[in-house]
Amino acid sequence: MEKKYTISIYTENSVGLLNRVSAIFQRRHINIISITSSASEIEHVSRFVIVVSLTEEAVKKVVGQIEKQIEVIKAFYHTDEETIFQESALYKVASKSLFEERHIQNIIKNSHANIVTVNTEFFVIEKTGFRHETEQLYNDLAPYGLLQFVRSGRISVTKSPMNIKSLLTELNDKN
Amino acid sequence: MKKQNITGSEALIHCLLAEGVDLIYGYPGGAIMPFYDELYKFQDKLQHVLTRHEQGATHAAQGYARVSGKVGVCVATSGPGATNLVTGIADAMIDSTPMVCITGQVPSHLLGSDAFQETDIIGISTPVTKWNYQISDVSEIPAIMAKAFYIARSGRPGPVLIDITKDAQFASFDFDYTPCKGVRSYKPVPTISMDAIEEAAAIISSANKPLIVWGQGVILGKAEAEFKTFVEKSNIPAAWTILGVSAIATNHPQNVGMVGMHGNYGPNKLTNECDVLIAIGMRFDDRVTGSLSTYAKQAKVIHLEIDPAEINKNVFADVAVLGDVKEVLPLLSERVAAKPYKEWYEAFKNHDEIEFEKVIKGDLHPTKQGLTMGEVLKEINRASNNDAVIVSDVGQHQMIACRYAQFSNSKSNITSGGLGTMGFALPAAIGAKMGAPEREVVAIIGDGGFQMTIQELGTIFQTQAAVKVVVLNNDFLGMVRQWQQLFFDKRYASTEMVNPDFVKIAEGYFIDAKRVTKREDLASTVNEMIASDKPYFLEVCVEKEDNVFPMIPSGASVSEIRLS
Repeated sequence: MEKKYTISIYTENSVGLLNRVSAIFQRRHINIISITSSASEIEHVSRFVIVVSLTEEAVKKVVGQIEKQIEVIKAFYHTDEETIFQESALYKVASKSLFEERHIQNIIKNSHANIVTVNTEFFVIEKTGFRHETEQLYNDLAPYGLLQFVRSGRISVTKSPMNIKSLLTELNDKN
Repeated sequence: MKKQNITGSEALIHCLLAEGVDLIYGYPGGAIMPFYDELYKFQDKLQHVLTRHEQGATHAAQGYARVSGKVGVCVATSGPGATNLVTGIADAMIDSTPMVCITGQVPSHLLGSDAFQETDIIGISTPVTKWNYQISDVSEIPAIMAKAFYIARSGRPGPVLIDITKDAQFASFDFDYTPCKGVRSYKPVPTISMDAIEEAAAIISSANKPLIVWGQGVILGKAEAEFKTFVEKSNIPAAWTILGVSAIATNHPQNVGMVGMHGNYGPNKLTNECDVLIAIGMRFDDRVTGSLSTYAKQAKVIHLEIDPAEINKNVFADVAVLGDVKEVLPLLSERVAAKPYKEWYEAFKNHDEIEFEKVIKGDLHPTKQGLTMGEVLKEINRASNNDAVIVSDVGQHQMIACRYAQFSNSKSNITSGGLGTMGFALPAAIGAKMGAPEREVVAIIGDGGFQMTIQELGTIFQTQAAVKVVVLNNDFLGMVRQWQQLFFDKRYASTEMVNPDFVKIAEGYFIDAKRVTKREDLASTVNEMIASDKPYFLEVCVEKEDNVFPMIPSGASVSEIRLS
């Protein structure tokens, strides 16, 4: 049965690795739902968070292929229940609608979104949360006209430890 | 090793020399010219073989690597030079061949500008390399080259591509070379689990009908002796994949033959009757397993592997024994004892007799008029005392070569296994001869594949590499024709070849050449070929529409193997 899995990959920070990792999915005709690459808790170590919908057997094989890449330190996969995850969304709205449609103010207040910036032309709202929360705000704001909308990929941390620091200490000692 | 103020190009040469390289294959061009200029000054230490196409350089490097166990090296320029390497790199990747490819690249300030002969070879080669890297800063050369060789040869070997911008080749720096001993994010050899060893030994000891299937991992792991001990100590019948075959002598009494699509009848059929399947350094390729849903379902599977990603990839392993096969096998040998397995061996013998009657007899001792590919192999075995390096291309002749060649020494069956690259054999045989000059190297090629890299006859002529080239000519793309006959109602779409006079072509390259069309000329001409200490070309005109049997139809079970 297919299920949503979050793949977390700790890697060396090197040019072209994203290509190498994404090629593993492309070759198997697997659609990546979202992908985020950023710094990790360790200096010079990057962390990828990739969300896919796969069977557990398939995700295991993909993680095996990812771990095989020379510059990948370690890869894991987790279910939604095993992770704490969020997405961020930005909504750009014309300023005049804020004054003309008083209801917008209530929407913003009720959604616990933050106003990032306001000027005479437009204002920008930021909402971080689960997909259904950013979607709800999208649906609420859409009737008033969204100038721009963007949502980040999933970022997630796991409930159980991944022990990359100790693994790296071990690897550094060996080499 | 230290050198003050040298160019990137000279540094590359010192890196190669430090890694023990004395022979490279390649083709010059604009973006790699600084390197070639330096090479000119080091001719006495580093031999360069000019192939006639970059693809030939990769296959020659592969052939060299496969017979010698060393890393093969090839060089090309940017753009088309680099893209021409891709087929050979993909071939080396799927067959785990250690290779380092060096490509020139446009100067770093032109990267991304669609400059003349610029191509994104890093992007193109990423899915088919174990590792790749672009050097645009001269100071990176020593560490990156050291890492390239380390990665190519360690663990499960594979191809590495290093792309070097032209300005990095020209620039100067103070050179200091230290061989690479490890990369922190890369674990080439998994730690052995003693629990897995014990569990595997217990299952083997309780087996009544165990079967070993070994692959190239035994050869890549330099574990031929340990493997022989395990086979003999356990007395278990052992079958092979085409890349593994020469790890023990073909005439070993426990060798029960080839598995896979055109393998032997017994080991294929009995895969589905064994109670324990011990897979050693093999990856359950679909050409070996046929339909996975009916493959060895009754058996407990023990999988000895160096690459964790291979475990449970195709066939579920009841016990995965990860580690270096050279260390793992002695641990297992200590824990197993021989059983006679009399009836079990009897079953193999019975299948062998059936296969001999239905297939082998006609292949090796034909009574019909036309020559068979099998009898050519038989003559080559005889004339070379069962000890030639056989380099085969892809197709019917390849399956016949793998089925019937007799081997006495390891690293002797060089063929394009996983990728099935037509055109592989001629350049690979050149590399094989240079990697093992003391050995007889015979290339077995079809008339189709021969014409894919036929220009490498020029390399043979120029280097005088004493390769024996045998073209088994049936004027067809024989394997495709066989499938068309069996599965496409004999619609021979684009498989009939109108061929040139191959002997004249070989003679055009000043290579001794003969054509055999009659059985009575075969043995004497093969003798003449083997006796020659020069390159030799032999065309044998064989029966046009012979088929290779046994055969497991694509997608069928190993149990459904056909004898006709």
